Amino acid sequence: MNTFRIGGVHPHDNKEFSAHKQIAAVPLPQKAIIPLVQHIGAPAKAVVAKGDKVLVGQVIAEAGGFVSAPVHSPVSGTVAKVDATTDAWGLPMPAIFIDVEGDEWLPEIDRTADIKTECTLEPKKIINKIQAAGIVGLGGACFPTHVKLLPPPGKVAEVLIVNGVECEPYLTCDHQLMLERGEQIMLGIDLVLKALGIKRAIIGIEKNKPDAIAHMAELAKKHPGVEVKPLALKYPQGGEKQLIDACIGRQVPSGCLPIEVGAVVDNVATLYAIYEAVMKNKPLISRVMTVTGKSVKNPGNYEVRFGTPLAQVIELAGGIPEDTGKIIGGGPMMGRAMQNVDMPCNKRVSGLLFMKKDESVRVEPENCIRCGKCVDACPMGLEPYMLAKLSAAQNWDKMEQLNVMDCIDCGCCLFTCPSHRPLLDYIRYGKGKVGGNIRARQMAAQAAKAAAEAKK
Amino acid sequence: MKIILISLLVLGLTGLLAAVLLYLVAQKFKVEEDPRIDEVQEVLPGANCGGCGFAGCRAMAEACVKATSLDGLSCPVGGNATMTKVGEILGMAAAAAEPKVAVVRCNGTCEARPKTSVFGGTRSCAIMSSMYIGETNCGFGCLGCGDCVAACQFGAIKMNPATGLPEVDEEKCTACGACAKACPKNVIEIRKKGDDAMRLVVLCVNKDKGAAARKACQNACIGCGKCQTVCGSEAITVAGNLAYIDADKCTLCRECEKACPTGAIHGMNMPIIEKAKAAAVVEDAPAEGGKKGFDPRCAAIIKSLPTPKAAYPNMLKMAQKK
Amino acid sequence: MKLIVAPAPHAHSGDSVRKNMLNVIIALMPAFIVAMIAFGWGAVITTAVSVCSCVLFEWLICKFLMKERSHVGDLSAVLTGLLLAFNLPCNLPLWIVVLGALVAIGVGKMSFGGLGQNPFNPALVGRVFLLISFPVQMTTWPRPLGFSGSYLDAETAATPLYTLKNAIKAGDSSILDELPTLWDSFSGMIGGSLGEVSAIALLIGFVYLLCTKTITWHIPVSIILTVSLFAVVFAAIAGLPVCTFLGTTLCAGGLMLGAIYMATDYVTSPMTHCGQIVYGIGIGLIVMIIRCWGAYPEGMSFAILIMNAVTPLLNMYIHPKRFGEKKK
Repeated sequence: MNTFRIGGVHPHDNKEFSAHKQIAAVPLPQKAIIPLVQHIGAPAKAVVAKGDKVLVGQVIAEAGGFVSAPVHSPVSGTVAKVDATTDAWGLPMPAIFIDVEGDEWLPEIDRTADIKTECTLEPKKIINKIQAAGIVGLGGACFPTHVKLLPPPGKVAEVLIVNGVECEPYLTCDHQLMLERGEQIMLGIDLVLKALGIKRAIIGIEKNKPDAIAHMAELAKKHPGVEVKPLALKYPQGGEKQLIDACIGRQVPSGCLPIEVGAVVDNVATLYAIYEAVMKNKPLISRVMTVTGKSVKNPGNYEVRFGTPLAQVIELAGGIPEDTGKIIGGGPMMGRAMQNVDMPCNKRVSGLLFMKKDESVRVEPENCIRCGKCVDACPMGLEPYMLAKLSAAQNWDKMEQLNVMDCIDCGCCLFTCPSHRPLLDYIRYGKGKVGGNIRARQMAAQAAKAAAEAKK
Repeated sequence: MKIILISLLVLGLTGLLAAVLLYLVAQKFKVEEDPRIDEVQEVLPGANCGGCGFAGCRAMAEACVKATSLDGLSCPVGGNATMTKVGEILGMAAAAAEPKVAVVRCNGTCEARPKTSVFGGTRSCAIMSSMYIGETNCGFGCLGCGDCVAACQFGAIKMNPATGLPEVDEEKCTACGACAKACPKNVIEIRKKGDDAMRLVVLCVNKDKGAAARKACQNACIGCGKCQTVCGSEAITVAGNLAYIDADKCTLCRECEKACPTGAIHGMNMPIIEKAKAAAVVEDAPAEGGKKGFDPRCAAIIKSLPTPKAAYPNMLKMAQKK
Repeated sequence: MKLIVAPAPHAHSGDSVRKNMLNVIIALMPAFIVAMIAFGWGAVITTAVSVCSCVLFEWLICKFLMKERSHVGDLSAVLTGLLLAFNLPCNLPLWIVVLGALVAIGVGKMSFGGLGQNPFNPALVGRVFLLISFPVQMTTWPRPLGFSGSYLDAETAATPLYTLKNAIKAGDSSILDELPTLWDSFSGMIGGSLGEVSAIALLIGFVYLLCTKTITWHIPVSIILTVSLFAVVFAAIAGLPVCTFLGTTLCAGGLMLGAIYMATDYVTSPMTHCGQIVYGIGIGLIVMIIRCWGAYPEGMSFAILIMNAVTPLLNMYIHPKRFGEKKK
């Protein structure tokens, strides 16, 4: 069975808590807080002011650039204020506050459950619609999708790779989405294929979801060019580069985008959102997220409108369990532990995981025994032990030489370390520093170039 | 006997030959260097702390010898005495620099600034600050992981487990600035030591609006501006909800200290003014006796979690030497 | 309620230093059982003394010299003691065993800062120290007599490697007739250090180590392949019977023990697979050079120690293949 070729680990998947739980809708909040930064790239700019009435689906903030995404109102009501609030890590976050009144939608949005299969739009139009709907990668990175669909000149897309891997332990939202809304995902795939002008799509699904593999394979029969590829279990298979390697056996070179090897990768949730946006005129205003954990009362998959306070979702899942030590936004391998649950749901949050106190405290690190297990586990072929050491010694240049910028933050090194060393803590910190150095160098080079041109 | 003689002879001759060879090579490849560099380096403290802005004492000595005047060159560790000696060697007058000292501008003790979360990652301020706001709701103040302690080569800064804050031993502090550089929150300021080491300082760097700052920490400066009003020498500026006292203008009248509603202004090394809200005055509290503001959880947390030292002991030392 | 905030990942494989050490110790048990059958109480006593003194020295040094929490619980000292004992003749005076343990732990490990910091395999440091200081005691191996043999006055026997060496020196293949049968060499009924005699028991342990993913195949296999290749070519050129020469070379002496358990020591072997193969080939070459042309009949300890010294270089210059790296 296919999988990526370098490194990887096998964490316990713990998906049984929320797997096969029907997607449940979370009731509308009283007050919605919609963050302006829900994607990678330039922040969105608010286009509403205090006192404005808004409808569901109305644009409330426009994209701040090409690599950016607009924000639509997920609720109807009155804008209370546009102000900064704090996110789940206590850091400032600009947001639009809306007092919810009823649930009135923009008239052009098709709210019926009918499945629309006919699409007569030109490729260009499809991409425009995707861009206007504020769709970003819902796998976690939140990279604006329309950017991926417009390959830079000289690059040609050959194949669309659909990410149905969900390699993060605990999370089941993509799995459930494939089971319940597989047909819509298929239609979304057709739309993207049309937009890119290509004929081939591969859906990668890990073999711990046999029902999803069977279901999607059955549906794929009606969609020419779409193929389901069962993949062996290995984390981080859901990483973009790893998934391409697993599906078509090509490795994206360091520092390049997937288009370099002719691939475009989209998550199943993103494709579902694309279907909704193009066929039903419904912008991205909600997502399915998993609420789970060993002692959560009602773990499950919930469809949440953005802006709903996480606390409300948690209440639906049975409240915060008493033995909770950590609340993680996302899965246990790459999710960030949160400081509070006052934050609203947004495009970034793919799940909420409650970890018990005894699982939450790290084991005290011991000396590095140089076993090399981190080197074996690193899916990017780096040497985590060395990078962490260099970071502690603040040797940024050497770190750059050893390609720290290739690190994808997957956490395999720390996961596998028998000495429980905080490798990734140091590597991530060093990566930030090296990234800063590289940007500073580029800025300096640009400034020098501009100065030279000005002289001419 | 013969064997001993032969071996002595062979060894002796080899040694002699090597010595001659070494001497010739040393003569041939001799690097001409200003002998004064060595002399200057001799009088420098040799801590290689980098406080002067050069890579180490040798680099500083070279810079001094090359320079046409000693203005702007100063050794924070050795102070005026050292620079005078350097001046004597080079036949130049050394500019007198005022003695300085590191000041931790945060008084967010465990008592005043309640912890809202526990950081379970590597206990390093740099790592913690790159991840989230920190263990308290104050996004500006001391994170309490002791990066400054690790950075200090002189053992002049120590964590006080009672307050969870670093304390500067002013006798040992050389104002080299390593701690200020290591602090990701810029809490530490290298400040004029002042007459008899007395100085008035706003022990807070929180730029949040008053209510938010106060909510996060009882000892926070709320930017109310009362100090500015009472100050007779225009030494205080309030910008971004935060007061700052200019040490050059301050006359140490202590009116601001009395006027401050949150006790954010401290007269360091001055007698304590009895006030209604006389919270734990960190700098004056004896290290052991500071039980007043003691939150046993602080010490427990500090003890129980891995420190950066535990993970990479030698590395930290290497980083300091750089 | 205060939440714990920590950077990802929030999960751990549950692996620990202790588990890895325990796996190696378990993997050494078949060899220990064979040693008990072959050498009787001598094997048990030597092993017990070596393990106990290693643990004791580590604890004492941690407690009184380094003044830090002792790491005896991670079982690395137990493993060092076990490996040291496996490299000693079973009738060695006990004070020499204790001295070896002191050098292994004190000089070989703790003087560098404890677990993970030592450049050389501590057990081998102890062993080589003893080999050089007490050459007579260290190279007089008792004949395997079964469990009835008493401890000190066992009969001694020349090892197969010594016989090989004589044959090479004399260039006379008839000397090889004195060798024990290959099956005896393979199963362990030959003279030698107590843990190294049974190739089959050591191989059983190797399979266990591979199954538990404690070690990878790279180091042992590259050593054994290099040695085999070398032995075949050498025997063919020297005019010695290839099969006997190869079999004895592989099964006798410390080759298996060294290749599977000593060379693969985490701390002193390279981090990358490519580096590990280079390291293995280096050990294989050095051991054969010592065995064929050197003064000692056996050279595994020296070969491993020499390559231990090369390990930092291998780590510095051999990097793993990066994801998406283009071949130049």
